[in-house]
Amino acid sequence: MKIVKTKDLVFDYIRRDEEGNVEGITTAVDHVDLEVEPGDFIAILGHNGSGKSTLAKHLNAILMPTEGTVWVDGMDTEDKEKLWEIRQRAGMVFQNPDNQIIGQVVEEDVGFGPENMGVPTKEIWERVEESLKAVGMYEYRKFAPNKLSGGQKQRVSIAGVLAMHPKCIVLDEPTAMLDPGGRREVIRAVRALNDVERVTVILITHYMEEIIYADKVFVMDSGKIAMQGTPREVFSEVEKLKELRLDVPKVTLLAHELKKSGLALPSGILTVKELTDALSSQKAGR
Amino acid sequence: MALILDHVTYEYGSGTELLVRAVNDVSLVIPDGQFIGLIGHTGSGKSTLVQHLNALLKPTSGNIYYNGEDIHDKDFSKKKLRSKVGLVFQYPEHQLFETDVFADVCFGPKNLGLDRKEVELRAFEALKQVGLPDEYFYQSPFDLSGGQKRRAAIAGVLAMKPEVLILDEPTAGLDPKGRDEILGLVASIRKERGITVILVSHSMDDVAEYVDRIIVMNRGSICYDDEPRQVFAHKEELESMGLSVPQVTDVMYALKRSGWAVDTGAITIEEAKRAILDCL
Amino acid sequence: MLKDITLGQYYQTDSVIHRLDPRVKLAATMLYICSLVAVDQAGGYVAAVLFLAAVIRLSHVPFRFMVRGMRSILFLLVLTFVMNLFMIKGEVIFAFWKLTISREGVDMAVKMAVRLSLLIIGSSVMTLTTTPNNLMDGMEKALKPLQKVRVPVHEIAMMMSISLRFIPMLLEKTDRIMKAQMARGASFDEGNILKKAKSMVPLLVPLFVSSFQIADDLSMAMENRCYRGGEGRTKMKPLHYEKRDYIAYLVLAAYFVLCITVGRIVRWGRIF
Repeated sequence: MKIVKTKDLVFDYIRRDEEGNVEGITTAVDHVDLEVEPGDFIAILGHNGSGKSTLAKHLNAILMPTEGTVWVDGMDTEDKEKLWEIRQRAGMVFQNPDNQIIGQVVEEDVGFGPENMGVPTKEIWERVEESLKAVGMYEYRKFAPNKLSGGQKQRVSIAGVLAMHPKCIVLDEPTAMLDPGGRREVIRAVRALNDVERVTVILITHYMEEIIYADKVFVMDSGKIAMQGTPREVFSEVEKLKELRLDVPKVTLLAHELKKSGLALPSGILTVKELTDALSSQKAGR
Repeated sequence: MALILDHVTYEYGSGTELLVRAVNDVSLVIPDGQFIGLIGHTGSGKSTLVQHLNALLKPTSGNIYYNGEDIHDKDFSKKKLRSKVGLVFQYPEHQLFETDVFADVCFGPKNLGLDRKEVELRAFEALKQVGLPDEYFYQSPFDLSGGQKRRAAIAGVLAMKPEVLILDEPTAGLDPKGRDEILGLVASIRKERGITVILVSHSMDDVAEYVDRIIVMNRGSICYDDEPRQVFAHKEELESMGLSVPQVTDVMYALKRSGWAVDTGAITIEEAKRAILDCL
Repeated sequence: MLKDITLGQYYQTDSVIHRLDPRVKLAATMLYICSLVAVDQAGGYVAAVLFLAAVIRLSHVPFRFMVRGMRSILFLLVLTFVMNLFMIKGEVIFAFWKLTISREGVDMAVKMAVRLSLLIIGSSVMTLTTTPNNLMDGMEKALKPLQKVRVPVHEIAMMMSISLRFIPMLLEKTDRIMKAQMARGASFDEGNILKKAKSMVPLLVPLFVSSFQIADDLSMAMENRCYRGGEGRTKMKPLHYEKRDYIAYLVLAAYFVLCITVGRIVRWGRIF
């Protein structure tokens, strides 16, 4: 069974004037079909306003589809009886590190989810410990959240979701407000969840270098899925990515430019090492 | 005619156990018309330092001079200084408050006590310069998109006609295209107005192509202050501070290590491409 | 910097007072305040001072932190002292121009000053040794019976603890917005009251906007973590009375009886 599946998903934002009359309709998600296998690492890319965050909010029933259906672990998100079960199975981490930590101490925040689910006290402590260890924040368990860096706060939020024992974590631009160091630590924690804990990850981002490790990439533009494939497949279409307002890593761009001027390089080069290796074998061949 | 920082130190939390020295003995000369990148990771003291330049913070010790005058002198007008040294904060869109964009941009020049005509003229010019389309001028700032809000907020500072423009992480939270647009905008402002620009960032990639000079801060002190190429030569040291050199420079160094006789000074893709092709 | 203000002024250390159940500390503070108001003899104050000194000693919190709370009410303290000194009529012991000081005035002034000081220090002990969260938990549990008469005890406690969590952040935001507007030439301390009030608009509007944003984000984050009110919720740190808590209640009762006895019933005569 697919862990997440959407079929013909459409979502319209309806704008109203002061009297409540409809002023205009914006289709934020436009007939999206998405299938995610359990244990996968999926990345959804897109510029601001491409509809990727709106899509994400459907995956744990924060938003309901205007048309079409969303299933999480086989449950229809419109089934009100299943609401809390869906939110427990598919946890979500949001963009702003400051606005999603509820507890005044790190460990209390991580325990918040299990408390709400009615998990017995002893087990809450076990879950808090294992979740904080999984994201490498166990030593900070007694800290007040406002004493942490942005990257650390996001890792606490990830632990908070993890403590609910979800099958799938949706991360909605978790690194958009972080500096490069913070971005790296969050991505490392996310990869560890996927590799070690076998949690399905759906990472929504606009940073290309974060999706190198994904099993599959979906690129969104004006509410539709514009491209999909492995990272390498997606990265090899440099011109198209630029058109979609996305940022291609500078190495990939450089490789692309060199290729255009006649060098026989493989397409979709992602890292500095790949490029230097390819160039060196070129040189040796001359 | 310049900004001069003379042994500036800033501490807070004195009297408690948690004394933090956010800026540690910084001396700098910022001559007119330079384009400077101020780089450091979060918490390196760069934001604290720039708040000294328009007297929002007062140094614990040391002096700051603007055009030869000590800015903390009793009869030195801080308001005037703030119009000459414009500071755009991080996420500047959070300061928007008026009912429409135009009125918000007027706020700065109005505070300078200019007459209405001059205020509106400046606001109009500033909005034109940041490239905000006319139809947004009389809309509520809260209805604009993220990138447009940021442009409006930058216009709010630009309308004061500063001679030094400081932007604290102007690209934070924007998507790549939005980031490139704002950086391009800053470069064009500086070209058209010929003013000093200080771009505060944690990303070398953001500033490498544009600036004449890079100042690197770490733990409240200045570690490097030189032209970009010279600063990037300290790749390992920068990485140990949680910073990185531009990816292109990284490629050039990697090639050099594997025996290529390339010039490692390349910063832009165009330069790198030429250097690599020359080598083959 | 504004963000360094810690609300509730909790002092992090480990002591038997820190470990006490917050309900005990709430009850103790209330009983202590009652005893201060009830006694009017020197013996009662001696008992209160000794009790407070013993608690402070046990709490491992440096004394200067206790007095810190006094600074903000120093004016009030002096004012009540002076008012009592000159306003209360009685047996005149000192007269100058139109001012007279009576024996009863001195008596009352000293008494009020001592009461007020002991009160402030006493309640600082509670806030210094109990985290705001812990205190909120204590109140929630202590007021639980009110839930039967439809007082939303859990919701109130949750609201209070979330406010406490976000106060430092809002202070920081205020600081930032203020600076950003000052960078645009605004000043917040010029002119008369009307002008000052008007100058707050550029600060308050953005602050409201961000507060709503925070509230919106936070409610989404809470729902996302399956929050649906107090029902069916378990506690990570449930409150249980331990042996030390029962002992504390006994000590407290003993103090109260003693204090009332020496401070009200046994007549030691007037102080002055």
